[in-house]
Amino acid sequence: MSFLNSHIYYIGAFGLILIGLYIILVKHNLIKVIIGLGILDTGVNLFLISVGYITKGTAPIFSRPGINSEHMVDPVPQALVLTAIVIGVAVLALALSLAIRLYQHYGTLNLRKVREQRW
Amino acid sequence: MRKAIAILLLIIVALGIRLSLRKIPFGTPKTEVGRYYIDEGIEETGAVNIVTAVVVNYRGFDTLGEVTVLFIAAIGLGAVLTTSVKGETRKTQPASLVLYTGCRLLFPLIFVFGTYVFIHGHLTPGGGFQGGAIIASGFLLIYLGCRERKISRVGSNLADSLGGLVFVIIGLFGLVLGSYFLLNFLPKGTANTLVSAGIIPIIYVAIGFKVGSELTSIIGSLIEEG
Repeated sequence: MSFLNSHIYYIGAFGLILIGLYIILVKHNLIKVIIGLGILDTGVNLFLISVGYITKGTAPIFSRPGINSEHMVDPVPQALVLTAIVIGVAVLALALSLAIRLYQHYGTLNLRKVREQRW
Repeated sequence: MRKAIAILLLIIVALGIRLSLRKIPFGTPKTEVGRYYIDEGIEETGAVNIVTAVVVNYRGFDTLGEVTVLFIAAIGLGAVLTTSVKGETRKTQPASLVLYTGCRLLFPLIFVFGTYVFIHGHLTPGGGFQGGAIIASGFLLIYLGCRERKISRVGSNLADSLGGLVFVIIGLFGLVLGSYFLLNFLPKGTANTLVSAGIIPIIYVAIGFKVGSELTSIIGSLIEEG
């Protein structure tokens, strides 16, 4: 129980990552695969943020002078995730554009029916 | 069969993750460098928001690379979606009066809020990436509400290139005036005021323009060409 209490964010993050991986591995519809990619992306971001968390943490911003810096969370993972979110959006958009072209070319989004994509 | 293999693979991955997670305690400080940034960040960079100090100053070169990734994604999307047939316009149903009026009313407010977020990036939570995303959401509203209006591609490309150029040129100034790329050569001023932290606000405004125009052009190509 204590493991569950202390690791609930890790469990949630890796739950999202595993759900995303499962969708990517199993689903045949390309849109669903892209949704799985988005869920996986969210899980990775959540994991990075929760690694940097410190108990009773506050944001690493000195919004007024003399603020106590003892409980500030680690700023490095936040800086990484900040850019990773925007790049995740761009990668999703690029994947969706490829899906649009695939649909226009083959007339289907089912990866089973696209000869070059079957595995 | 495929599902069984996938579930087996996921179980193996989950067991491996569980082994390694036991070594990573939750809620304790882990990196020395994070502590260093919090303790010395204000003095060294002048930015009150330590995340901004890390993104723009300590790891500014990294951020340049990430902005480039975004740029390449936007270009790739344009290259994939642009059709060779020009001049064909799709028929669109005009939006209802409520949506039309609402988006015209809200767009300036969203734009001002996005600008506020990236100008105050070194003082409050926020910055170029967030402000750019907010501005792009305003343009998405324009696309939804005023469907016959097209957003000028030239303007968005201009803002995009200008943002990138400002970022690189300020970095090169640091190389010329001092010793390394992206040196904070401007005076840092007093912390917690709008004009402080040297080059950080300038670079974050450039990033805001760049991210906003790139996300807008992504939305534009998905709606117009897709």
